[in-house]
Amino acid sequence: MFGSCCHCHRPGAAGFIRGFGPRMPAPIRLRELIRTIRTARTQAEEREMIQKECAAIRSSFREEDNTYRCRNVAKLLYMHMLGYPAHFGQLECLKLIASQKFTDKRIGYLGAMLLLDERQDVHLLMTNCIKNDLNHSTQYVQGLALCTLGCMGSSEMCRDLAGEVEKLLKTSNSYLRKKAALCAVHVIRKVPELMEMFLPATKNLLNEKNHGVLHTSVVLLTEMCERSPDMLAHFRKLVPQLVRILKNLIMSGYSPEHDVSGISDPFLQVRILRLLRILGRNDDDSSEAMNDILAQVATNTETSKNVGNAILYETVLTIMDIKSESGLRVLAINILGRFLLNNDKNIRYVALTSLLKTVQTDHNAVQRHRSTIVDCLKDLDVSIKRRAMELSFALVNGNNIRGMMKELLYFLDSCEPEFKADCASGIFLAAEKYAPSKRWHIDTIMRVLTTAGSYVRDDAVPNLIQLITNSVEMHAYTVQRLYKAILGDYSQQPLVQVAAWCIGEYGDLLVSGQCEEEEPIQVTEDEVLDILESVLISNMSTSVTRGYALTAIMKLSTRFTCTVNRIKKVVSIYGSSIDVELQQRAVEYNALFKKYDHMRSALLERMPVMEKVTTNGPTEIVQTNGETDPTPLETKPPPSGPQPTSQANDLLDLLGGNDITPVIPTAPTSKPASAGGELLDLLGDINLTGAPAAAPAPASVPQISQPPFLLDGLSSQPLFNDIATGIPSITAYSKNGLKIEFTFERSNTNPSVTVITIQASNSTELDMTDFVFQAAVPKTFQLQLLSPSSSIVPAFNTGTITQVIKVLNPQKQQLRMRIKLTYNHKGSAMQDLAEVNNFPPQSWQ
Amino acid sequence: MIQAILVFNNHGKPRLVRFYQRFPEEIQQQIVRETFHLVLKRDDNICNFLEGGSLIGGSDYKLIYRHYATLYFVFCVDSSESELGILDLIQVFVETLDKCFENVCELDLIFHMDKVHYILQEVVMGGMVLETNMNEIVAQIEAQNRLEKSESGRQP
Repeated sequence: MFGSCCHCHRPGAAGFIRGFGPRMPAPIRLRELIRTIRTARTQAEEREMIQKECAAIRSSFREEDNTYRCRNVAKLLYMHMLGYPAHFGQLECLKLIASQKFTDKRIGYLGAMLLLDERQDVHLLMTNCIKNDLNHSTQYVQGLALCTLGCMGSSEMCRDLAGEVEKLLKTSNSYLRKKAALCAVHVIRKVPELMEMFLPATKNLLNEKNHGVLHTSVVLLTEMCERSPDMLAHFRKLVPQLVRILKNLIMSGYSPEHDVSGISDPFLQVRILRLLRILGRNDDDSSEAMNDILAQVATNTETSKNVGNAILYETVLTIMDIKSESGLRVLAINILGRFLLNNDKNIRYVALTSLLKTVQTDHNAVQRHRSTIVDCLKDLDVSIKRRAMELSFALVNGNNIRGMMKELLYFLDSCEPEFKADCASGIFLAAEKYAPSKRWHIDTIMRVLTTAGSYVRDDAVPNLIQLITNSVEMHAYTVQRLYKAILGDYSQQPLVQVAAWCIGEYGDLLVSGQCEEEEPIQVTEDEVLDILESVLISNMSTSVTRGYALTAIMKLSTRFTCTVNRIKKVVSIYGSSIDVELQQRAVEYNALFKKYDHMRSALLERMPVMEKVTTNGPTEIVQTNGETDPTPLETKPPPSGPQPTSQANDLLDLLGGNDITPVIPTAPTSKPASAGGELLDLLGDINLTGAPAAAPAPASVPQISQPPFLLDGLSSQPLFNDIATGIPSITAYSKNGLKIEFTFERSNTNPSVTVITIQASNSTELDMTDFVFQAAVPKTFQLQLLSPSSSIVPAFNTGTITQVIKVLNPQKQQLRMRIKLTYNHKGSAMQDLAEVNNFPPQSWQ
Repeated sequence: MIQAILVFNNHGKPRLVRFYQRFPEEIQQQIVRETFHLVLKRDDNICNFLEGGSLIGGSDYKLIYRHYATLYFVFCVDSSESELGILDLIQVFVETLDKCFENVCELDLIFHMDKVHYILQEVVMGGMVLETNMNEIVAQIEAQNRLEKSESGRQP
């Protein structure tokens, strides 16, 4: 089209036409482009240069010139790294891959890996090229193909080419064999069903002498073991061979080709140690087979360089994770303790991380290093401080509480603001568990409130108030200290809230000057009211704090004698406050004065001692199974007696709940350990800190008091008045004739609660009896299981068992649940575990 | 598994960007910028491990980095990698670059971005460690370079 006119005019412009007239100048080399771009002084200038070059590249691509394609793609990749769009080069990469030249293929494959991904259809076009290249005569071309497949191969590509990879896994060419091993890992990740296919090829992998192949083979074996318990069992027989290889590495003496700072191939050693860890976990025989080598590595490794420490660290992790003998474990923890004293902060960091993981299981051993850990609180490095803090809290116990608390309070004073909230919460928790005396407890709380008062979490305030209420003999002391604390400074809201509440409750003790613990102060009623009014007026007080203050003032009307009129005046002023909360309170209190004065003293009476309902907040899972409703299952009396077996104790500890007895009679008594183990699996990833939660005796069960109609379990009536409608139900489980459906209800006013009604039905020809449904959720959720309608699922779908589950999901995370079903069917005990992942988004978003 | 390998200079300009998990382009650039800011804040006497930024994946991921003269080498890894091991790996990678470029400096990385990628490919493949023996890697790179040279006189 442009044809004839351009032909005779400007020579350069004729390059648009193929073969007509003078061509465009050759595309500039990558080096020149880079040089040019570096001269740009502003972002705009750079962008202009890039755009110009892109246009040139585009026209060059259109010319279909093979000679310069590879240069152009290289430039495109450079521009892509700087952040400019390069998608128009994708097809060109494919053309390069299809070329015969190694140079072209090299840059083509690189471009494919950087620019393409499996979401684009274009990438499928590569499959054939890769297939051919996997069989190429030049090993480096084969290497490129393996690399690309192993980086970005989609499932379809992997399926098509797995056979080729498997072939290459058996080659004697070590360069290709090691790449094939990693490629196989990628294939297995994409298409797990293909794992079996690689099994025969793994037979000889560990016989290799080449370390590269050994290394990637161990990676492949590790991947297979992690994915499949069957593979894991199968590969356990490799433990002796792995131990031998490791031994050779340690004992072989100087080997220049593998030497890194005097240690023979530390990377391989670390890999092998990791695989040993996986193989030895939960297996006595394997663990025993590796005991010696682990001890050897632990004692002989040179620790002056980082590589030695990497090996030592991996050894420690392995020792802690397998079933090693106690002497070895103590050795491991001592190594970690030595790490803590190392000058290298990286080493200190990993030591603290590992100690944190082991402190639960080997508490006493870690305790020995407590003082070093506490010293780390003073480290300059923020990451180290955080870990030291977490570890310190884990180490606090009844014996060291006083000393630890001193250090922790000092830390709270001086640490960065990002730590203060966590530290304060941790201190409260520790104090609650181990306080040696009530006075100490109150003092500690006071200290936290005064030093870090504004960082204390909101939920701490009610807990503290409850604590103070229950320490009856300390009331006078507490209120006096709190009063003194806010006299100087009432800007820290949690402190002021607690103080206001206490003054409201115990103001009479304050002015009467009766304090046993310390010198009583002289305070008049007016002075007390002064401070409360200042809180009310202050700009620093939040609405919540003001509410506390106003209520406190009101309460004092029954405890003070001379200042009732003043109180009346204050209360009536706030009747017209613009803050609705305050206004409402003031109006109601006013009404109390005017019309219901006879009720006032009764209403404002001292609060009684409160029952502690929950102890650990979000990390606890509350699970009940209708204790007060006698089910046909309970062949044992309600669990107020001593726990029948240690297994029951384990379950109680794990679940932090009370009634698990229905499970025990149905579990086969010949294998008690496995029943507990399965429950452990059920709750696998759930973090339970339920020590105090297990403490409430089963007899005090009615703390979860429910109105009678809920106990029927027939929750066909909606539990909310304003339900969110239209949440689709799901079939959560359907196997062996047992089907469980979940239907959902949510309240618009309380969106973090989801109520799930399960319906279990049975399509087989025999009833399912002794049916028990259990559920567990991840730790950010809370779960409450109400009692089921019955324990028999009748045959032929003639009836259902219904049961209600309430899930609290304050963080609106995706709902997941593991369920365990046990029942008797056709004369045998059935048990199944399942995961429910298909919750509709409307049930949790 | 290694999620990403980033090399940038003291001003945040990227010198090598390699992701082993797919992210859209804009996110990739954001990640580079975010990582740079996180790493820049670190003093030299602090440990080389950082919890990852919010973009690159969440609590399972760590950033492990080393600072060499004008360049930061940052590896973003998940919990299956040994932190101390990765530190050693970075050292191996840098020493390999040194051998291939003869006293490598930032300019080498700037002008030979493709070559740096090829070298990296022999060390890390698909987010997993492939080879850690420096001499092996250098030998393989040199063989491939010779192959390129023999094909044509023209260099990209």
